[in-house]
Amino acid sequence: MRIGIDVGGTNTDAVLLDGTSVLAETKMATSNDVTSGIINALDELHRVRPFPTESVQAVMIGTTHFINAIVEADRLSPTAAIRLGLPATAALPPLVGWPDRLVTAIRGRGYLCHGGHEFDGRLISPINRAELLRVAEELSSLGIRSIAISSVFSPVNAEMEQEAASLLLEQLPGLHVSMSHEIGRMGLLERENATIINASLRELAENVCTGLAQALSTAGFSAALYLSQNDGTLMDVDYARDYPVATFASGPTNSMRGAAFLSGLETCAVVDVGGTTSDVGILQGGFPREATAEASVGGVRTNFRMPDVLSVGIGGGSRVRSTDGQVTVGPDSVGYRLHEQAMVFGGTTLTATDVAVAAGRADVGDASLVRDLDPALVRACLDVIAGDVSSVVDRMRTSPAPLPVALVGGGSILLPDELDGAAKVFRPDHFAVANAIGAAIAQVGGEVDRIFAVPPGQRDDVLDTAKQEAVDRAVAAGAEATSVEIVDVDEVPIAYLPGNATRIRVRAVGDLTLRTS
Amino acid sequence: MAFDLTIDDLGDLVRGAALLGTGGGGDPEIGRALVAEALRAHGPIRVLDPSELTSDDLVIPTALVGAPSVLVERLPRGNEPIDALRRLEQHLGRKATATMPIECGGINSTIPLYVAARLGIPVVDADGMGRAFPELQMETFAVYGVPGSPLAIADERGHTAIVQTGDDNKKMESWARAITIRMGGVGYIAEYAMDGPTVQRTAIPYTLSLALRLGRTIRTARSNHRDPADALRDELAGTLYQHGAVIFTGKVVDVERSTEGGFTRGSARLAAFGSESTCVIEFQNEYLVARVDGQTRVLVPDLITTLHLETGEPITAESLRYGQRVRVFAISTPEVMRTPEALATFGPAAFGLAEEFVPFEELAAVAAS
Repeated sequence: MRIGIDVGGTNTDAVLLDGTSVLAETKMATSNDVTSGIINALDELHRVRPFPTESVQAVMIGTTHFINAIVEADRLSPTAAIRLGLPATAALPPLVGWPDRLVTAIRGRGYLCHGGHEFDGRLISPINRAELLRVAEELSSLGIRSIAISSVFSPVNAEMEQEAASLLLEQLPGLHVSMSHEIGRMGLLERENATIINASLRELAENVCTGLAQALSTAGFSAALYLSQNDGTLMDVDYARDYPVATFASGPTNSMRGAAFLSGLETCAVVDVGGTTSDVGILQGGFPREATAEASVGGVRTNFRMPDVLSVGIGGGSRVRSTDGQVTVGPDSVGYRLHEQAMVFGGTTLTATDVAVAAGRADVGDASLVRDLDPALVRACLDVIAGDVSSVVDRMRTSPAPLPVALVGGGSILLPDELDGAAKVFRPDHFAVANAIGAAIAQVGGEVDRIFAVPPGQRDDVLDTAKQEAVDRAVAAGAEATSVEIVDVDEVPIAYLPGNATRIRVRAVGDLTLRTS
Repeated sequence: MAFDLTIDDLGDLVRGAALLGTGGGGDPEIGRALVAEALRAHGPIRVLDPSELTSDDLVIPTALVGAPSVLVERLPRGNEPIDALRRLEQHLGRKATATMPIECGGINSTIPLYVAARLGIPVVDADGMGRAFPELQMETFAVYGVPGSPLAIADERGHTAIVQTGDDNKKMESWARAITIRMGGVGYIAEYAMDGPTVQRTAIPYTLSLALRLGRTIRTARSNHRDPADALRDELAGTLYQHGAVIFTGKVVDVERSTEGGFTRGSARLAAFGSESTCVIEFQNEYLVARVDGQTRVLVPDLITTLHLETGEPITAESLRYGQRVRVFAISTPEVMRTPEALATFGPAAFGLAEEFVPFEELAAVAAS
């Protein structure tokens, strides 16, 4: 058995799965400290469906905690960025283009040092030990505890980053070091940005991951603990301590993967209606469609793989207003105060949930409290909701053929059983906890992204080497070897360079091996 | 008309330059960051109307040469294009009164802006390609008799070289290419120095402001929920480029690339939604020819662009990937790029294509009949 948990801004959802059947589901309020909310959810799961804790082999957690820390510029550590590449790269130093608010929040500081490689492995400059020792002194006097190291062409040759890391660690034991070659792909600025974001989250990640592990062992679990990553695959909790940035887009990814699992659809639009927004994404072959543009997080350019999601400000807590016969819904929401402020709970604010109850679509709170709502208003409001959501689905849709639409999330009760432009609307069982299910069924992946020399006539051999490396990485990350598949291959020859230098990117994904305890 | 370029214009300029990059030219995002930093430090850039130049002017174009995929890692130090310009000035014994793009598509639309902001000199609103091309001799300057050399090339260490190949612009390209590879895959150049009347005679005018206008057109169309392709077509109607049209809409189903002779050559295959129709685009760094169901629809030097289906953002050949939904949008080149001598330098034959050049608007009329 496995447990999937989704820690959202409002609710912490948990599900108990045996193979592919959902044995129990719960929805509890999220706590400030994350962990007590998780303990409550586990207790509740146990109450709904008693199970021996030792029969649970894995616990998978999806959380928006880390991305929210960046978006809110809160709970971040003082961070320095050290780039190896002089005399090149100085025109665009670390933190270039970052919003001031975020630079201030991390007390961000960039250092340009000598080092770095050329595309073909030649050195730009050797590492300058004295220069790095001066940086170490300054870090120490400034009290900086976490650093990001980047080096030119480190995805091709990581030696420089490693050498600088060990030199700085000798001087400053206990320093948190994030190295860019472990975080991102080609593209120095985007990779470095992701590495700095990661570094600024390291201390928070320590606290959260330690808290999660303790929460589980306190609750009597000996199961392996995983966090879900941006692409719907898993990482174990010790990896998450070092690479919190990899959790960033896991929220929408989990709800889409959960929707695919529950509905049995491989290609569809997924509408996840929460308390404040409806998020629309597209599933292709069971995986979320990735955004084509560079992903920006909190105003910083990165090159993460992020799902392509379009949001509209309509959710269960959206405020409903009527002025001169014109009905509006959202974008403001009562959010987690739904249970105090919505009319069906005795409050005075008219929300989308009240309208859904009045229309008989939902059964929450006290329906008699909305009995007197004007039926014309109710109808107009539901039309606005359905119209706005289907227009977002329409914008995401890229072929004239109507797509099937899967509705998930607690707020999806707001939507009708037919939507304009939808081939068919699916409302799968357990729809309210689709994201926790997405976390529970996540897979593990491995990726290679490097420049290879491709001698004439040996392209297939080189590709096979790259594919095998990706498969090995997936297996090392915990994938069951027989289930691993190559899901993406991309080759980009580098123009003007000799030796058929080619950038090859391969991604492999497989089912998680469950340890029996 | 002369104008001042400010930091608020950059997003639009870069989007328009990516469009005019016709699939190549390199992602101008790094150029945008460079110019943004220079503008913050030095204030707005004066963009000159080419008609205002005189015979007292010395215009020295500046550019980057090399592999865009190297540039994204090995960022510049910042002095390189300035060193190249200074080196050429020293060689010529004269100071530049302005700089200019050699190429209005891709990152090379931004390098002269960076130089202009740093040195406080103006940049001329014109270029020599009217789009992006893979080689340094593929310039209207060259077509109409301006030698590219002496060319100065610089790296981030302040090392420079002068390439002097007389009237042989092709030889200049091959020597500069060889030096670039030894420099680490990217070099910065100053070349095609000329006076005002020569700019007026050989350059394609108003292409910087065109990039700005086209970038703005895509952005405002999107925010007004207007079809970006329709908006682009209307905007082009009032320019030297005249015609723009969507020739295909579909999904990328295959991208084949290989490195031959120091270039990325290959093709992209697109499948239409809801029909059997396919479009094949061949490229050598930039898009060369687009064929729909085997019928030629656009030929170099006319521009072939791929636009993201929903947003209208231009997508480069290097970032075309399986599954992307795109529109193929063709733009006619100015008449000055369609003369026999221009076609001899950068027409289909210069890229090894057997077909004779036919303007895309004529091919469209044939396809429609």
